[in-house]
Amino acid sequence: MPEAVEPKILAIFCNWCTYLAADLAGTSRIKYPANIRVVRVMCSGRVDPQFVMDAFAKGADGVLIGGCHPGDCHYQEGNYKCLRRFELLRRMVREMGIEDERFRLEWISASEGERLRTVVTDMVEKIRPLGPRQTLTEVTQ
Amino acid sequence: MSKPKVAFYWCASCGGCEETVLDLAEAVLDVVNAVDIVFWPVAMDFKESDVQAMEDGSIAVAFINGAICNSHQRHMAELLRRKAQTVVAFGACAQLGGIPGLANMDHHKDLVEAIYGSDAPQESWKSNGYELTLPRFGDKVQALDRVIAVEYYVPGCPPTAKITQQAIDALLSGSPPPKGTVLAPDQALCEDCPRRETRPEKLMIKEFKRPHEIVADQEKCLLAQGLLCLGPETRSGCEAPCIKGNMPCTGCFGPTSRVRDFGAKALSAVASLADSNEESDIERILAPITDPVGTFYRYSLPTSLAGGKFTK
Repeated sequence: MPEAVEPKILAIFCNWCTYLAADLAGTSRIKYPANIRVVRVMCSGRVDPQFVMDAFAKGADGVLIGGCHPGDCHYQEGNYKCLRRFELLRRMVREMGIEDERFRLEWISASEGERLRTVVTDMVEKIRPLGPRQTLTEVTQ
Repeated sequence: MSKPKVAFYWCASCGGCEETVLDLAEAVLDVVNAVDIVFWPVAMDFKESDVQAMEDGSIAVAFINGAICNSHQRHMAELLRRKAQTVVAFGACAQLGGIPGLANMDHHKDLVEAIYGSDAPQESWKSNGYELTLPRFGDKVQALDRVIAVEYYVPGCPPTAKITQQAIDALLSGSPPPKGTVLAPDQALCEDCPRRETRPEKLMIKEFKRPHEIVADQEKCLLAQGLLCLGPETRSGCEAPCIKGNMPCTGCFGPTSRVRDFGAKALSAVASLADSNEESDIERILAPITDPVGTFYRYSLPTSLAGGKFTK
């Protein structure tokens, strides 16, 4: 049995909502699992599917995109663009062998520090039983 | 002065790239006048031993098409690399991995089993005193530049006669382009699409359609008609023969220099055209795209960031 490895999750949070929620969680001393590595982007609409493919290709165990709730986007409709891409990208990475638990899009507003904890905790709990990821190359070696 | 020596070789390919050279039509005679073709298995009777006998670096340009699937293709690519001063990855398979690269969605052992069942061919056996061996499959299908160093790329499935002619002219001219160049314009196909003027300023799609479902208008932008055309992401240079035939672009010329992963970028552009802000509605609009990997990575899976299927 291989030793249980803590999943590493790339979190891409928008500057105006979800990143502030993470900030709020910090200042409010809300504890959430240390499995996420947060990258701040100005808007979830900035999340290029290449970022997601790159993360999975480099071995990330999960990718979490966080943006403003529908209607709340600082740039009017960046989060809708993110949602459209996510729908198709989720199907593509699923076809490529990534379980749905590993790839999530969540709307978390600046006041929802508690919700950030819930989402991150839930994601980590669902990914952990799946075990670490391997690429096809590693499987064949 | 002796003429520069040129070699053509094919690896995992369909033969379409070889057709392109013949499609040069009478211009092929100018090529033959300008160069000495020293190796071209599809058309001329040379053997591997003839290439082995040549001095290293004695071939000016080797055009290699096809992806690398097995040990023999790798061996030939390495041999031609030694013998040639310049290697050109010719066509989508050599440049990006191509259609054979979609095999990277499965393990090659599973593929062999699916095709041959329990009668998989042996790698070597003896018959009438001769020992015969078959090439071994690599772990995955690879583009040419993942196996040997490559100086230039000619895109396309297959490359057109025109860009082939231009590539040959450019390489034989006194001032070849910088190494690593893809020998086609570095802009999207939309830029020189004959239907460019009919593309709406703000393009949104309420319903994607597949080519057999509608009779497409001959003049209007195909994307605006709901057909999944990859022109906005695909490098130009082909002169849009598919569009002129009323069929959408499938992306065989690959990405422009600013894109790292063609499939992800093409998916991004296409998905954001879905004309809705409601999750269920977006799902419905995008549902006709039944096979995202086959659609967006059709020609480029081995050179994508993932390289193939992620497995657990």
